[in-house]
Amino acid sequence: MPISFGLTPNSLNAREHYHRMATEHMRPLSRKYDDREHEVPVEWVDYFWKEGRRGPKRVDLSGPGDGFVQVCVQAEELCWGDAGLYLRMPTAALGGSAVAAAGTPEQKERFLAPFRGDGAPVWGAMAITEPSAGSDSAAIQTTAERDGDDYVLNGTKIFCTAGEGASTAEGGFVVVWATVDKSAGRGGIKAFVVPANTPGMRLVGCEKKLGIRASDTATLVFENCRVPAANLLGRAEVKKQDAKGAGDKGFKGAMATFDASRPIVAAMAVGVGRAALDFVLEELERREIPLRYDASPHVQTAVESCVIDMEAELQAARLLTWRAAAMMTRGKPNNLEASMAKAKAGLAVTRITQKAVEILGPAGYSKKLLVEKWMRDAKINDIYEGTQQINQLIVARRILDYSSSMLR
Amino acid sequence: MIDFEPTEEQELIASTVRQFAEKEVRPQARECDESAKLPSATLQAAHELGLVTNAIDEKYGGGGERSALTAVLIAEELAWGDLAIALAALSPSLLAIPVADCGNEEQKQRWLTPLCGDSFVPGALALVEPHFAADPFAPRTSARADGGDFVLEGAKCLVPWIEGGDRVVVIAQHDGALDLFCVPRDAQGLTATPERNMGIHGLPTVELSLSEVRVPRDAVLADGGPDAGRRLIHRGRVALAAAAVGVARAAFEVARDYAKQREAFGGPIAAKQAIAFKLADMAIEIDGARLLTWEAAWRLDQGLEAGREAALAHRQAQRVALEVADGAVQVFGGHGYIRDYLPEMHLRNARGFSCFEALSLV
Repeated sequence: MPISFGLTPNSLNAREHYHRMATEHMRPLSRKYDDREHEVPVEWVDYFWKEGRRGPKRVDLSGPGDGFVQVCVQAEELCWGDAGLYLRMPTAALGGSAVAAAGTPEQKERFLAPFRGDGAPVWGAMAITEPSAGSDSAAIQTTAERDGDDYVLNGTKIFCTAGEGASTAEGGFVVVWATVDKSAGRGGIKAFVVPANTPGMRLVGCEKKLGIRASDTATLVFENCRVPAANLLGRAEVKKQDAKGAGDKGFKGAMATFDASRPIVAAMAVGVGRAALDFVLEELERREIPLRYDASPHVQTAVESCVIDMEAELQAARLLTWRAAAMMTRGKPNNLEASMAKAKAGLAVTRITQKAVEILGPAGYSKKLLVEKWMRDAKINDIYEGTQQINQLIVARRILDYSSSMLR
Repeated sequence: MIDFEPTEEQELIASTVRQFAEKEVRPQARECDESAKLPSATLQAAHELGLVTNAIDEKYGGGGERSALTAVLIAEELAWGDLAIALAALSPSLLAIPVADCGNEEQKQRWLTPLCGDSFVPGALALVEPHFAADPFAPRTSARADGGDFVLEGAKCLVPWIEGGDRVVVIAQHDGALDLFCVPRDAQGLTATPERNMGIHGLPTVELSLSEVRVPRDAVLADGGPDAGRRLIHRGRVALAAAAVGVARAAFEVARDYAKQREAFGGPIAAKQAIAFKLADMAIEIDGARLLTWEAAWRLDQGLEAGREAALAHRQAQRVALEVADGAVQVFGGHGYIRDYLPEMHLRNARGFSCFEALSLV
């Protein structure tokens, strides 16, 4: 295929479908669940579980067609609706991605089947971050000790998105990163699937946050939490790291799931940014303030100039995102491009939404509108799934051809 | 379907131009800037590669492969070599595209055929005007019908004026529309005064004064429809966006390579996050600007309205070029300010994109 910027009819259908879902089922709840942090948005969860998750059509991720780009289009639409509610959808989410990427066929069936079932809603989650290990995920302290046919987990996980649902709703699970051998460094880090309500896993509570308040960001404590060895994702043996940092394939494999998730997160960011930008564009239209794209920058008004820049920034972020996703569809390594997309999108929408509040004046600052919420929601995209700086670091290593020990 | 892969043929063209830019253009860049003289052998060699003529219809001796996407790939690579030489080498497009898009059969025969001969023939287009807050879509330069002729009146600036060309396409207002006139350079009433600019020293440009310039009716390129002038400006923005991406990439690569070999505090400065993150941001922004440019070019090729996308690409690419070039000067530190190195030239060249319009066309 040559260079092309036209979405397939399938993607366009999906976009329309999810746009309608966002408009009808998310936007009306946005303010309510921003105000009522820590309440389960039952209307949305029920709707999504009964109807939302079923359509319109499964995406063929290996193409032909837009593959992962279509997934990005869907994520953008839903986060245009509401990023907090999006994260609260009963799905396997990142935990599911880890199982899909590293699990055996038996594990995939065992853990993912409930998400296709007709029982009560279920959630999946991924627990990596700890109170003293954020971006430096190799520094995690949670331990997994082998005991007979089981592993016993001990430690504390924070910032676990969807962690409340995943740890308490029967049928769901949390993928927990823990070290089986601290002396092995990154090589000792493994991922374990901990089913909801496993004894020893305790939900301590959810964070109070700047934005995405409808999303349950949980703190989970593991005290002698016992899971069968069959719940380990990937290989059990530990390879010691050599001086060059090789021999930590397990860790690298886990990190590779970020190459798949970062374009999706970037697409989510673009959705939040677009929500604010669309609102500004509509408001300008209502006030009959034209946007003269043809005019030279030196004759445009400040508002024109500002809004056109916002559009350019958002579209640049979207295209970088789609590029990283298209590479994934084709099975090409996209580590560099995924980080580029995430870094760009996170920062672009942070700025776009802040500008939107500024342009709208007191109305933008007021809770009568959702613009102030989108600004608060947007900022998380510059932080989670690899901060701006972590993604800059990854990009820098790639373009300089430096290893992680050469550029820290 | 969304796809970011050029065709094999486009890859081949881009890599050929990349090699040409590396071997023939870049080594001339500094000398061309210092002497303000174009390397004519290089322009001739570029002509022989068919960089512009490939896009001209076979009927007139061209390659018959018109594609804005291919053209932006070429423009980026050439501008990576040197902006002034790139704009000069691509200048035949300033005549070829207006004539191809807006000329009648007789005009195409007359003006496109000589462009496809053995020798390089530069083109010229007069759009930008010297007065404050000039709007390219509403030029003050006007045309009025007078008997069987048209009379042009006004002033233009930033008009490329390379030796060996004999015509300039002038964009003027006529009855509220943008009309295109193919004017001989030696027409009565046309005065060209050489300009000196901050950058693109190698490219000779002039301020053009048009005083009662009388051109015959058959000099009007009138077959492009009512929107032709506007679309031409969009084509210029896309071309310049691609060139800006080329300049940005050049500055980025020079800075990256310097940062890897310059040692301070016991190691290469590229291993410091202050430098490494700046380089990472440059790489991200360049790719973003390139994709916007490709999208606008794709829309032109599809015959879709591309005004918005051309504006977004043009704007983003010029911002990125300026920021990256400035960043490159900064990475070089004191050396970045010295004319022995390229970044200061990239900075001067990049600054121009905010006032360049239709200095190249795709």
